[in-house]
Amino acid sequence: MDKLLAETLYYEMVRGRAFEYAAKEHYMQGDISGFLHLDIGQEALSVGAMRAFEKGDVFSTYREHIMALARGISPKAVMAELFGKETGVSEGKGGSMHLFDPSHFFYGGDAIVGGHLPNAVGCAYARKFRGEEHGVMAVFGDGATNGGAFFESLNIAAAQKLPLLFLCENNEYAIGTKITRVAPFEKQAKKAEPYMPTIEVDGMDAVAVYEAVSEAQHYIEKGHGPIFVEAMTCRYEGHSMSDANRYRSAQEMALCKARDPIERMKKVLQEQYGMQTDAIEALEAKAQQEVDEAVAFAAHAPQPAPEALYTHIFTQGGTNALS
Amino acid sequence: MLYREALNKALDETMAADENIVVLGEDVGLYGGSYRVTEGLYAKYGEKRLIDTPIAELSIVGNAVGMAIGGLRPVAEIMTANFALLAFDQIINHMSKYHYMSAGKITLPMVVRFPQGVSRQLAAQHSESYEQMLSAVPGLKVLAASDVNYAYHALKHAVMSDDPFVFIEHELLYNKKGEVDFQTPVDPFKARIVKEGSDVTIVSYLKMVDDVMAALPKIEEALGCSCEVIDLCSLNPVDYDTLKTSIEKTSRLVMVEEDHKTGGYGAQIVSWAAEELFYALDAAPLRIAGEDVPIPYNRSLELASIPTPDSITEQVIEWGRRNDV
Repeated sequence: MDKLLAETLYYEMVRGRAFEYAAKEHYMQGDISGFLHLDIGQEALSVGAMRAFEKGDVFSTYREHIMALARGISPKAVMAELFGKETGVSEGKGGSMHLFDPSHFFYGGDAIVGGHLPNAVGCAYARKFRGEEHGVMAVFGDGATNGGAFFESLNIAAAQKLPLLFLCENNEYAIGTKITRVAPFEKQAKKAEPYMPTIEVDGMDAVAVYEAVSEAQHYIEKGHGPIFVEAMTCRYEGHSMSDANRYRSAQEMALCKARDPIERMKKVLQEQYGMQTDAIEALEAKAQQEVDEAVAFAAHAPQPAPEALYTHIFTQGGTNALS
Repeated sequence: MLYREALNKALDETMAADENIVVLGEDVGLYGGSYRVTEGLYAKYGEKRLIDTPIAELSIVGNAVGMAIGGLRPVAEIMTANFALLAFDQIINHMSKYHYMSAGKITLPMVVRFPQGVSRQLAAQHSESYEQMLSAVPGLKVLAASDVNYAYHALKHAVMSDDPFVFIEHELLYNKKGEVDFQTPVDPFKARIVKEGSDVTIVSYLKMVDDVMAALPKIEEALGCSCEVIDLCSLNPVDYDTLKTSIEKTSRLVMVEEDHKTGGYGAQIVSWAAEELFYALDAAPLRIAGEDVPIPYNRSLELASIPTPDSITEQVIEWGRRNDV
């Protein structure tokens, strides 16, 4: 990995965490409402995967702010969306859970657990059909691997040899239910083994995630069919802002935070690339500044016009409602 | 031409014109379709465009959504309405909402087609109607084809449109004969006046249109009246203008539908008439609908569970006599 890429990964992770803390703060202040799922602790996974899979389509879940940013969507547009504003990436109609931007090949924000997996399968079919080689990545949590949509998707992707990368972010918890209480395995890749090759990676290590996803993308691009990557990770916050995280002990949280992906990447920059503290601090300051600007932009952005209620129901306008 | 042949022709012509149109579903390809709607298309367009899927309805619609995102124009066939229930998450949470939730950034040019309704002794899990649920979902256009000409034109429109459509067929209509006027375009959202009349407006859709027409001679004779029969065609959006014009002329409304009466589709039409046309009505509207029971297997019980030409005749005459028609 070249130094510039390593720096970029670090920058994106730091910016992502700063973004999430800013979102948390503004949720507490009432500027952001609804369900807010923070990605703090999982930055290596979100950033490493997006940077590695730059060319293909990405279908993700409701915990997708950092992925959207790493994908190249402007922090201003994402924060404005969290604020429900007109200049948000989904014009205030989607919110935190629904950040879509086809110009960045990002279909983030599906909020039905596992519901986006069949969509990713279909998109992979379309890409293969049209001879577009980059393929599709579907990101989902361990919780999604127990539902029918997951198994249907494994089956169809394998039967059709589709260019689809299944990326499981295994943080071990579906809201407050530990995966091993509702599934027979700790590692969910086992469910995919009969269908496709699987790779396990430390999801707290941005370099390892980047390399694993890059390797997996090369595999699907060659037309071998789908592949499954499982990244073991840990979220620092509750499932959403309405989850007080009471089901994990202080000891478990301490172990989790001892694997901190940002500290780890900082060490890589210092030890492998000889980066000086002031250069690292300059990156951190720039990231914070970008987030501050995003918050200011969102705070001053206009509310959607009242007539926005009735737009985007259909392509040519109109609604189903009584005239 | 048969109803199923009209649907086949609509698919064939649109697929010939646009290579991004694909058809997916259970047995749609090699087998030729459970109701032979896709017959011959596999040989013509190949397995890449006539995609045989596993029995996994959630994925059939979910994959179609993804295909549409990826630049294709999928037509998903579900074998029967009851099986579509397995795909309701995709139809309601995904297909109907992505365009709105993404502020128009995602468009889903796609169609989900399926037959519904009571056929012949298929029992409770193969006989139901779900237009009432799907018509209640903003973001879907819901068409119901009762007529061969409409089936051809409306399916072509749906396949070529950039919006998500639910296209409802009826199991007993596939072998219905009719003429197709290929030259005259049809507005798929306009209700069809099947028969003009001056005294009673009878609104229906899908197979019940035929049952109403079968009942009509006896009704008109017994009541000495003239009925106007309207086929809604588009269940959402609804062509209220055509209904309004007719009801203002006749001052009376009868709504006939096959689905269960409680929460049934016709409740929307009658409620609209009560709100908008109360003073134009000379009598309380009559709703004729299926019984609130699962559809039974036994033929006599099955026929007793839904409106038939005989029961429509009886109920309209009884209502007409009470209301001085």
